[in-house]
Amino acid sequence: MNIVVCIKQVPDTSEVRINPETNTLIREGVPSIINPYDMHAIEAALQIREKAGGKVIVITMGPPQAESALRDAVAMGADEAVLLTDKAFAGSDTWATSYTLFKAVEKLDAHIIICGKQAIDGDTAQVGPEMAEFLNIPHVSYVRRIEDVSEGSIRLQRLMDDGYDIVESSLPVLFTVVRELNEPRLPSLKGKMAAKKVEIRKLSAVDLEADAEKIGLKGSPTQVLKIFAPEARKDRKILEGSMEEQIDTLVHELRSLKCV
Amino acid sequence: MKEGKAVITEYCQLCRACLSVCPEGVIKEVLEEGQQPAAQNLPLHEYTGVWVFAERRGGKVASVAYELLGAGRRLADERNAQLSALLFGASDAEAQELIRWEADRVYLCTDPIFESYNDEPHADLLGLLIKEHRPEIVLAGATPIGRSFFPRVAAKLRTGLTADCTSLEIDRDTGNLLQVRPAFGGNIMATILCPYNRPQMATVRPRVMKRGRYDQNKTGDIIHIDAEGLFSRTKVVDTVKEVSETAVNLQEADIIVSGGRGLGDPKGFKILGELAEALGGTLGASRAAVDEGWIPYSHQVGQTGKTVCPKIYIACGISGAVQHLVGMQSSDIIIAINKNPDAPIFTVATYGIVGDVYEIVPMMIRKINEMKGR
Repeated sequence: MNIVVCIKQVPDTSEVRINPETNTLIREGVPSIINPYDMHAIEAALQIREKAGGKVIVITMGPPQAESALRDAVAMGADEAVLLTDKAFAGSDTWATSYTLFKAVEKLDAHIIICGKQAIDGDTAQVGPEMAEFLNIPHVSYVRRIEDVSEGSIRLQRLMDDGYDIVESSLPVLFTVVRELNEPRLPSLKGKMAAKKVEIRKLSAVDLEADAEKIGLKGSPTQVLKIFAPEARKDRKILEGSMEEQIDTLVHELRSLKCV
Repeated sequence: MKEGKAVITEYCQLCRACLSVCPEGVIKEVLEEGQQPAAQNLPLHEYTGVWVFAERRGGKVASVAYELLGAGRRLADERNAQLSALLFGASDAEAQELIRWEADRVYLCTDPIFESYNDEPHADLLGLLIKEHRPEIVLAGATPIGRSFFPRVAAKLRTGLTADCTSLEIDRDTGNLLQVRPAFGGNIMATILCPYNRPQMATVRPRVMKRGRYDQNKTGDIIHIDAEGLFSRTKVVDTVKEVSETAVNLQEADIIVSGGRGLGDPKGFKILGELAEALGGTLGASRAAVDEGWIPYSHQVGQTGKTVCPKIYIACGISGAVQHLVGMQSSDIIIAINKNPDAPIFTVATYGIVGDVYEIVPMMIRKINEMKGR
């Protein structure tokens, strides 16, 4: 069984702060990590391999330094690592990203493809399902439990707003995972040794035989027009006086709104 | 920086954030020949009309569908176009109801393949309909369903999709949809465009848009769609209801009292609980407070928690990171209590009090109870 895990190296957004004067992100000193949801995807792949055999291949698209994310995944226990890196990939939106990943994954003879439900920097949750469409295979989003894996099929629990669905799918399949699925393991000593030695396969746009019209900025239907901080509310009322007077005003206001 | 000049390294991912944030406006984008995104499908003017996917779950239309109809009506009017709803696996009566909520037309498919939720038939049918009728804008709720199958449709149609929008406006000059969404883990907002491809697709967060007008007498067309040739390689074998009571209470609450990292201590939620009780409200929390383990995740409001829209939202010791604001800023009235006068929460607050939660909240409780006693 070939299990492919798609990961992304992201800035740790819980560490990102905003400069209040310029309304810009302060990115200095923000560490790069494997997208936390992808950690659960790697763990899921390792658990499936332990039960059903096969190998786990991690793949990412990114700048050269994304290699360190792949090595971290190998340290957890992944067998092989593939890095899609090329200046031509820069500026990709989700459409171009999923097309590029698809061009690589279609050559890997994957039975199961696992992604985190979304990346914490973009939060779009689109690359997984878009890739499944390009691969012409079924997908299941928001998987919270893997009930059973067999030769030709899989049974999963899919998290919904009102509970969960138990979904069966034929293989090959792509699914995206939520945090509830598992607890990602720490790298073992053996894994750390393997991570040092593993040869990372690097593939460019030419290697992928990717259509130049469908990758990078040119292949991206969406564009970022601008980035900004949220606007201030228009109906703001400034409370005046001592603390007690301010609270009095507030409580009276609540009363006039029939909340008290 | 090299010799006093900024240099783009291999770290640059062409996110273009630098263009809009440069204080001097000196960073410019110079596209080389052939670099322009020019992946147009058909001439843009051949696409017209606004479509709304009316999601169903548990045998009824989800409330986000009515919110989308409200937003869709406004966009359609601005474009002098029709508003259509897509309803899969429902009855004529439900379609009629969507018309009363301002749809001009409903594409209805009653096939039993839509009885449970599977991505492939949803994506395949919507893709076919879009190819045939060429709408300009297509919207769905940013729910587990909309966020799961809309990407498949966008991939098929070679068009852009913007997730989790909190605001949608039309640029009058170009007809482009200005799609605003949180970015960088909800640290800041971004406006996204899809200038060269149609339709422009977006998912919209529930409880952000307001419902439109309900008109008992409104009439429209119901167009029945055949599900011929649709298939699904996934199968739902069971559906288990499991909704936490807090989650329901939060989303339906008129008053929410929320606490954040500024409480400094899990005991803070005890005092906030008393305020919530005095006001007949429900307890919420910021991600920071949940991450600290002070209160369960089911109380979390924000991008990775619940989106709420109460009449009154009282934020105590919450600094107001964008990821929290996007989950509560459409509340009617926001009251912010925070020690730091520069906390961003004050920019979205209707009323702000700068001070210590532990001093202010007990005083509020006392005064509210006094007032009730009168």
